[in-house]
Amino acid sequence: MQSSSCQAAAGCSLPKYAAKTGPLYQEVRDFINALDTKEGHLVTVLHKAQSTFGYLPVEVQQFVADEMGLPLAQVYGVVSFYTFFTMVPKGKFPISVCMGTACFVKGASRVLEAMKEQLQIGVGEVTADGKFSIDTLRCVGGCALAPIVMIGDRVFSNVTPGQVKKILAEF
Amino acid sequence: MQSIRTDQGDQTSRVMPDATHKQLRIATRNCGFIDPESIDDYIGVRGYQALATALQAPPAETVAIVKESGLRGRGGGGFPTGLKWEIASKNKADQKYMVCNADEGDPGAFMDRAVLEGDPHSIVEAMAIGGYAIGASKGAVYIRAEYPLAIKRLKKAMDDAKAYGLLGENILGSGFDFDIEIKYGAGAFVCGEETALIRSMEGQRGEPKTKPPFPAQSGYWAKPTIVNNVETYANIPAIILNGADWFSSIGTEKSKGTKVFALAGKIRNTGLIEVPMGITLGEVINEIGAGCPGDKKFKAVQTGGPSGGALTSKDLDVAIDYDNLIAKGSMMGSGGMVVMDEDDCMVSIAKFFLDFTMDETCGKCTPCRIGSKRLYEILAKITSGDGSMEDIDKLKGLASVIKDTALCGLGQTMPNPILSTLENYWDEYVAHVQDKKCPAGVCSALLTYSIDPKKCTGCGLCAIVCPVSCIAGAKKEAHSIDASRCIKCGSCYEKCKFDAVLKS
Repeated sequence: MQSSSCQAAAGCSLPKYAAKTGPLYQEVRDFINALDTKEGHLVTVLHKAQSTFGYLPVEVQQFVADEMGLPLAQVYGVVSFYTFFTMVPKGKFPISVCMGTACFVKGASRVLEAMKEQLQIGVGEVTADGKFSIDTLRCVGGCALAPIVMIGDRVFSNVTPGQVKKILAEF
Repeated sequence: MQSIRTDQGDQTSRVMPDATHKQLRIATRNCGFIDPESIDDYIGVRGYQALATALQAPPAETVAIVKESGLRGRGGGGFPTGLKWEIASKNKADQKYMVCNADEGDPGAFMDRAVLEGDPHSIVEAMAIGGYAIGASKGAVYIRAEYPLAIKRLKKAMDDAKAYGLLGENILGSGFDFDIEIKYGAGAFVCGEETALIRSMEGQRGEPKTKPPFPAQSGYWAKPTIVNNVETYANIPAIILNGADWFSSIGTEKSKGTKVFALAGKIRNTGLIEVPMGITLGEVINEIGAGCPGDKKFKAVQTGGPSGGALTSKDLDVAIDYDNLIAKGSMMGSGGMVVMDEDDCMVSIAKFFLDFTMDETCGKCTPCRIGSKRLYEILAKITSGDGSMEDIDKLKGLASVIKDTALCGLGQTMPNPILSTLENYWDEYVAHVQDKKCPAGVCSALLTYSIDPKKCTGCGLCAIVCPVSCIAGAKKEAHSIDASRCIKCGSCYEKCKFDAVLKS
C-alpha cells in the first residue's frame, strides 16, 4: 500500500500511520493472518483490535484497513456504525449507566444526571485526570436489579441518585 | 418440581419459579435444571434424541413436522417457521446457511441470554436439525459481544458436541455434515432485522435490504439462508420429540405453543416467565407478576420494546398472541414486558423509545432517519412545556406516514409507542401542552421541588443525599432548596421521612 513508499520518502506526512510496529500491532496482525479468509471478517478483526488497544483511533483503523486490504473509508464506516466500537479512549474506570427500558422506568436518567453533575463531564467524555468516563448502554439483561450502573467489572444494582457520591468514592 | 439452581451464571437470567402454576416451560425446559456445561446432563434429558430421530427420516419430514406444529418466529415478527424452512429447502444451491439470531437488542429483554446460558446444547441440536431439514451444512450464531458467559457456554457446547460426533462431519454415521461458527454483533438494534444481520455477518455496516429477495432465497453470501431466533430454535427439539400435534394443542388458533417473557419494571416478581399463548395479560401481570409494588396503581405495560405499544388496564383481559397484540396497537416482539405504574409519564416513555430509535436508525431510508429525529424533537418540545395542540397533530400525522413508508421493520414499527400512547393517554398529552403540567410528576422541566418549612425538622438527610449539594439550612431548622442549581433528581423527595419535600 501507499505507506511503504512513503516510509522511504523523508518528510511525507503519512509515516505516523506507517509506524505500525510494537507488540500490540503484532498481536492484531497475527490474529488476521490466522483467519481462514479475510473476506467478511472486518467486524471480527475490529473486535480483536479494540480489545487489544482499548479503543480504535485512526492509526489503528488505518492499520486494519492496510492489513485487510480495504479502503480506510470502509473501515471507518463500520467502526462508526456500531455502538460497541469507540474512537476515544475510556477512563481508567469506565462507567456505564444502563438505559434499558426497565432501568429507565426505575429512574436511570436521574442517576445519569447525578453522575454527570458529580463528575462534571457529559456522556462519552472522560474526566481530566483520566479516571472516569461515562457511557450509557442498552440493557445488560439484569432488569430485575434496575437501575444498574457498571463501573469496570463491578455491577451496582438498585442505584439511586443519592448513592452516586458514595459509589464514586469507592474508586 | 425440582429447585432452581442458582449457579448458572448470575441469578438475573434464571427463569422464575412457577408458584402460580400458570407457566408452561418448553423453550426454557432445561434452564436451571441441568448443568449447562455438561453434555451428559443434556443427553440425560433426551438431548440430541430429536436430532437422531430427524436424521432417520427424509429432510422433508422434519420440515413437515415443524410446519404442522404451527411454530412462528419468536424474534418478533411471527413468520411461520416451517414455511420459511420449506422455501429454503426447495431452493437449489451448492451451499445453504442456518443462522441463529442471538443479538438480543431489545432493551429490557433477556430471554435469549437465559437459554444460551442455561441450555446451549438445545440451540446446537436445533440448528443441526434445521440444517438437515433445509440441506445446509453450515451454521452461524450471531451473538452480542456483551454476553461473554453465553458465548463461553455455547463454545463449550459446540466443542463437546463435536467430540461426541453430534456436530461436524458425518453426524451419528448418517453422512450429514454440519458445523457452526460464531459471529459477534457489535451493538446495533437494526441487526435484529434479518437482512441487516446478514450484512453485519459479512463484516459490513448492518443496513437492511429491500425484500424480495428474501434470505431464504438469497442471504448470507447470496446463498439461501434461514435466520431464526434463539427461542424459536429452543422449541424445535421438543417439537420433533413430542410431535406436531402435541405442540399445536397448546396456545390459540393462530399462535401455537408458549412464549417466554421478561417481566420487568414496576412489578413485584421480576424475571423470566414462559407461558402458553392465550394467557391473558391480567394473569401475567396480577398473578405471576403479583402486581405493582408499594400498592401503586398499574398503568401500562409495554410489549415489543421500542417497536411495540403500551397496553393499558382495559387490555388486561386480552389473550396474548401475535394477532391480538397487533390488533391492540402493540406487538409480541421478542418478549420484553415492562410494567409501568401511576408514577410513569407516558409522554416521557414515548420520548424514551424515540430517543432509542433515533439513536439506532441505520440512516439508510429517509422516513426513519429524519422522521425519528423530528418525532423526538416534537416530544422533547412537549415534555419541556413548549408544545402546542398543533404539535400533537403533527406528531400523529408524521407517525402515520413513517409507519407506511419506512424500509424495514425498525422504521415501520418505530411510531408504535407514540400512536398507542396518543390513543390511550390523550389526556396526558393535552395536560402537557395546555396546562403545562406533567400529571405523573416526571417531566422535570414542568416540576419544581421545594421544602415545606412547617414540616421540615432540619434533620439534614436531604442535604446529605443531594448529589449537587443545593440544599442548605442550619441544624434542626427548616432547610431550603436552591432552585437554580437543582437538577430535579428527586432524591430529597424520596428520602424525606416527614413529607416535607414538595413536588409541584
